[in-house]
Amino acid sequence: MASMRDIKRRRSSIQGTQQITKAMKLVSTVKLQRAKAGAERSRAYFNCMYETVGNILSKVGSVEHKFLVPGESTKKAVIVITSNRGLAGGYNSNVTKLITRHESWNKDDILVYAIGNKGRETLRRAGYHIQEELPEVIDEPAYMDALLLTNRLLEAFAKGEIGEIYLAYTAFKNTVSHEPKLMRLLPVDREIEQEDVSSGQKVIMNFEPEDEEALDLIIPKYITSLIYGALMEAVASENGARMQAMDNATSNAEEMINDLALKYNRARQGSITQELTEIIAGAEALG
Amino acid sequence: MADSRDFQLRIITPDRIFYEGSVEMVEFNTTEGEIGILPGHIPMTVIVKPGILYIHEEEGEKEAALHAGFAEILPESVTILAEIIEWPNEIDEERAEAARHRAEERLRSKTPETDIARAETALQRAMARIQVLK
Repeated sequence: MASMRDIKRRRSSIQGTQQITKAMKLVSTVKLQRAKAGAERSRAYFNCMYETVGNILSKVGSVEHKFLVPGESTKKAVIVITSNRGLAGGYNSNVTKLITRHESWNKDDILVYAIGNKGRETLRRAGYHIQEELPEVIDEPAYMDALLLTNRLLEAFAKGEIGEIYLAYTAFKNTVSHEPKLMRLLPVDREIEQEDVSSGQKVIMNFEPEDEEALDLIIPKYITSLIYGALMEAVASENGARMQAMDNATSNAEEMINDLALKYNRARQGSITQELTEIIAGAEALG
Repeated sequence: MADSRDFQLRIITPDRIFYEGSVEMVEFNTTEGEIGILPGHIPMTVIVKPGILYIHEEEGEKEAALHAGFAEILPESVTILAEIIEWPNEIDEERAEAARHRAEERLRSKTPETDIARAETALQRAMARIQVLK
């Protein structure tokens, strides 16, 4: 049996860890509240955008617009949104798994646009080509960041350097449930959009300028809003995941502390019994 | 709603709801020229060009600098999805002036590398900001 001193030292070390995890949990709870509010605010914009794009797509029908068909290049740009810091449970690895475990993707065809350090490190180690790294974006996502990234991506798309654009992030459903998601940004999925819209309002919308030109202008804004929305949701998910992870860590520490307290008491009892036995035996030997 | 003189205007930006209310008329600049919208307009989607947005409310008029986005017009409501929009009190005049000079300089000293469209948009943006302040 471990000595009393060892157990005591172990226990106070775990208590220290528990205090840290407790503090981290509180910090991420506060951050989560803020990120959640931000994600909800951006959702109004996104929903409206989604509706309009669906509307426009249902109207243009089977037009062979450049944003609606895959580019000639086999390269795929994948925007990977992870966090800069760890200790968030499976948050980061769940996102990177979307890419590393994707069945039909060839490693050499993937160009990673890594937002957040953790995803970049994992994917680089796995041998993916990192096209761009933007670790600072996730600290405080701004619409400008999404806009600039969209412009760069569309430029590469226009030049034929990439044929498709994907986005891997963690969707925020509620505080306890987040879902890693991989979605295709370009070419835009036209069937899904139409289905959603046909159930909604039925107004024949006119476009000025004409439909195709309007697509040219609106699709980039649509992609930007998707990226921005994903950034906001990812921040909320990150803090939610960290809050959960830290909550688990705190209760695990509590369990260990209780366990050690029991062991400590047993060891103390044992040593007292032993001492008594020794004293009695000594007294008997003398008498 | 046929004889109503008001319609609902909503201006949404990626991180907030910029404006929401009942208005008589709204004016702004689009890729096809300046337009003013009254209630009962036919459904239309237009793309915004940098310019000043005038909101005519019952109590008076409001102005804002609208830089990018698009608007969805329906007979009884208008929704503007604005990527960038500012109230006059949010604009930094000195910065706008500086941006105007930069853009003008770039347009004047045309070199083959100059991205004219970009410089023009930048100039329009700066002008819109300055005009709203005046």
